Amino acid sequence: MTTPQTRQEISEANRRRYEELRAAGQELTPKGLPDATPLNGAPIAPDKIITREQVPAGWYATVRLRRGEALRIVDDSGRASISLIGWREEDTSERINCADTVKVQWSAAISKGRVLLSDMGRVLLSLVEDTSGAHDLLVGGSTPASTRDAFGATTRNTHENFLAAAAKIGLGLRDIPPCVTFFAPVTLDANGRFFWTAGRKRPGDFVDLRAEMNLVLVLSNCAHPLDTARPAAADPITLIRHRALPPGNDDPCRTSSPEIVRAYEFTDRLYA
Amino acid sequence: MATPLSIPDVSDAVYCHDIPAERPWSRILRQRQTLRIVDSEGQQAVDALLYCADDPAERYSSQDTLRVQGSAYVELGTRLISNKGRVMARVTADSCGRHDTSAGCCSCESNAVRFGEATKYQHACRENFILELSKHGLTKRDIVANLNFFMNVPIDPSGAFTVVDGISAPGNYVDVTADMDVLFVISNCPQVNNPCNGFNPTPIRVMIWDPPEMQRAGRADIQSQSSVPL
Repeated sequence: MTTPQTRQEISEANRRRYEELRAAGQELTPKGLPDATPLNGAPIAPDKIITREQVPAGWYATVRLRRGEALRIVDDSGRASISLIGWREEDTSERINCADTVKVQWSAAISKGRVLLSDMGRVLLSLVEDTSGAHDLLVGGSTPASTRDAFGATTRNTHENFLAAAAKIGLGLRDIPPCVTFFAPVTLDANGRFFWTAGRKRPGDFVDLRAEMNLVLVLSNCAHPLDTARPAAADPITLIRHRALPPGNDDPCRTSSPEIVRAYEFTDRLYA
Repeated sequence: MATPLSIPDVSDAVYCHDIPAERPWSRILRQRQTLRIVDSEGQQAVDALLYCADDPAERYSSQDTLRVQGSAYVELGTRLISNKGRVMARVTADSCGRHDTSAGCCSCESNAVRFGEATKYQHACRENFILELSKHGLTKRDIVANLNFFMNVPIDPSGAFTVVDGISAPGNYVDVTADMDVLFVISNCPQVNNPCNGFNPTPIRVMIWDPPEMQRAGRADIQSQSSVPL
């Protein structure tokens, strides 16, 4: 490879690299992603379970995960959506970044084998099991305004849940970034219009999120603002904190793309 | 406010400034003032954040904006919504057609992940935002998913997400009219690793107009303000 000399040569080299990365990110990587976990798949051995709790409809939970632990989120009834934000425990200015998550993975659709990135180019959580593959990174959770518009009065909502949970760990409104919502089948048409595909929700859908750094997570169990089943879309969810198997060399998340290999490398350095 | 403003006369602007390539800028935009961002040379992404001037904990929220709008792109008529659900500003003119608010800003750290570790040592929008926000007592904590004017990021129904070549031509502009007093912060994007700037960052122009009834007859004094060196 020759060293680019002129500004134009540098531009052209950068464009070629971008096109190669795009082709790999949008063609090779999706083909290599694992199949969805079956609804009866990935049982957790009882001795690996650390805690188990139910979160009532409309409420929230704060969960601390150590690097290497995992959180299973179960939509028992198939009618719930769970919005999540999270911070690195040692430095809460580092937090989930939905924009980098979609940009780096070349996709606004996440499923088994994908990751959630922090704003510091590191992996927060790996999606090691996922029965659903229908999650939202673009629209966000419910708010006082979205519930007022839908029901005529403000009901419990994700924005206020995040605020209350953040306050209890010394954080505030400034610390609340855009969120990811699991079991929220938001898709869009060619004009960018969002719509909800209720058929993609099933009772018992779950995800396993493996922590790649020490984390504080907040999970809000409130119906997604686009959910056509509101206000009936309100049921408890189950959270199971457990010890994940250490990732092997062929771990689908860690090997999903050159970008993500680098993100793990940068994450591992924190703990090297 | 629903009626679009008439196209303002350039000579009535109360403020006009060229932001050099790769540099940040910020200014308070008063309620009902209009900010025009001109992509002077074309294909230049402009990253922007808005904060409520009276309480900067209230700031622009991409997810609230998209939820309220029901669609994924920022365009003429888009209301820019805060994290408290209030309208901060709206897009009142647009000669370009489509802008992004899902792709965030570039950072040294995300560049290193996307394009290799060597690109960690290239200037990035987040460096601009951190430095510009520090003038207002704000920090990295205050940086949220921003607006990307003139940046073309189509999202496929499958979810595929691509930053493609900018579609703005030289002189294309977007007007944003404030519904409240806002701190408007811009990073003139320095990214050279993807097509958002046509691989060649260039200067942009910002102009501000008072509400039509406040505009003086005849030419207003144009204040110019050079940006503070890094």
